[in-house]
Amino acid sequence: MNNTLTPPAPAEPAVGYRINALTGAATSSVRDLSGPLSAEITAALAASPSGEISVRSVDLNLPLLEKNDILAERNRGYFLGRGLAALNLVSSPGAGKTTLLERTLDEFGRETRCAVLVGDLETDNDGQRLSRPHAPVAQITTGTVCHLDASMIARAAQSINLDGVRVLFIENVGNLVCPASFDLGEQARVVLLSTTEGEDKPLKYPPIFKSANLVLLTKIDLAGVLGFKRDVALDNIRRIAPQAQIITLSTRTGEGLPEWYAFLRSLIAPR
Amino acid sequence: MQSALDAICQQAEKYGATHVTRIVLRVGTLAGVDLDALRFAYEALAPGSIADGAALEIESVPARARCAGCQSEFGVERSFIFKCPQCGDYSGDIRAGRELGIARLEFDQPTPHEQHAHPPRTG
Repeated sequence: MNNTLTPPAPAEPAVGYRINALTGAATSSVRDLSGPLSAEITAALAASPSGEISVRSVDLNLPLLEKNDILAERNRGYFLGRGLAALNLVSSPGAGKTTLLERTLDEFGRETRCAVLVGDLETDNDGQRLSRPHAPVAQITTGTVCHLDASMIARAAQSINLDGVRVLFIENVGNLVCPASFDLGEQARVVLLSTTEGEDKPLKYPPIFKSANLVLLTKIDLAGVLGFKRDVALDNIRRIAPQAQIITLSTRTGEGLPEWYAFLRSLIAPR
Repeated sequence: MQSALDAICQQAEKYGATHVTRIVLRVGTLAGVDLDALRFAYEALAPGSIADGAALEIESVPARARCAGCQSEFGVERSFIFKCPQCGDYSGDIRAGRELGIARLEFDQPTPHEQHAHPPRTG
């Protein structure tokens, strides 16, 4: 009941009421009634011949799960059951998600079976770029939708052969806003920030960084040309996302890739 | 909001109520919910439902985080930077502010006692 009762009356009992928290029934007792509805309850009790009323207010504390959260949990269970680690890669368009995945499939993907689900509004260009004989790929075209959701992942995951796959990369639609709100059932969320975007992106788009398990600072080979302040960027990431591991990398030079592969290995549960 | 209304109808049925007069939602400041949009959706969806005409109250839950360094818990206002006021460390350990749920419902008629005997466990 929200109509809070004062603590038990001391030595001298005052007239008051007791509300049974389990049944919702209120009866005469020696406690004072207080709270926003006390006057109404007092009047109802006075009018009730039995001295009891039913309280019409219920405290529910019922969490509201959106449909996507439920589907995401289902995906998570499915992925865990198959023993594969699912990663949700998010960034603004052009931060280097596809290029990183190409090289990852060519190197890491040769020792560990990987699969990719890649989302874009239109075209299967990325699906084709990522196509490898040793790694199943499914392109998801979202039309006008600016993010992937858990139901798209469930459908796409059914469309490819996941036998033996240990790492499932989900390349989200390039967007730093909406994907933050859509859990896909991933085991880790990886946010990419490229040097060309500037050091303050984490401050300007905090929710997505707040939810990251790993932040990849990409295109670090361009830092010198761009006058990119690496320390400032790292500090900004740490301010928003102190929980996240940070890896600085360049897909072109290979800097940081061993750490990225080590991160992937750490996610794969031993069989 | 549609899923909230569905849940409200379901709960009202459980408690034997035919009409809901007040809905109290608990929304954390980090829940990613735009309150204006929520109210707008409610006004669009409530007419004709069991909650037609019900007052919608929103309890805001301020964000709180815990500092890994000094173990103290602190409130965070209007920011995604959770900086501990004690030691200045940044925290990613969110302890409150992501809530989104129905806190309380009020019905317009007394509900039978027997329906309350085993209230549904929620949460």
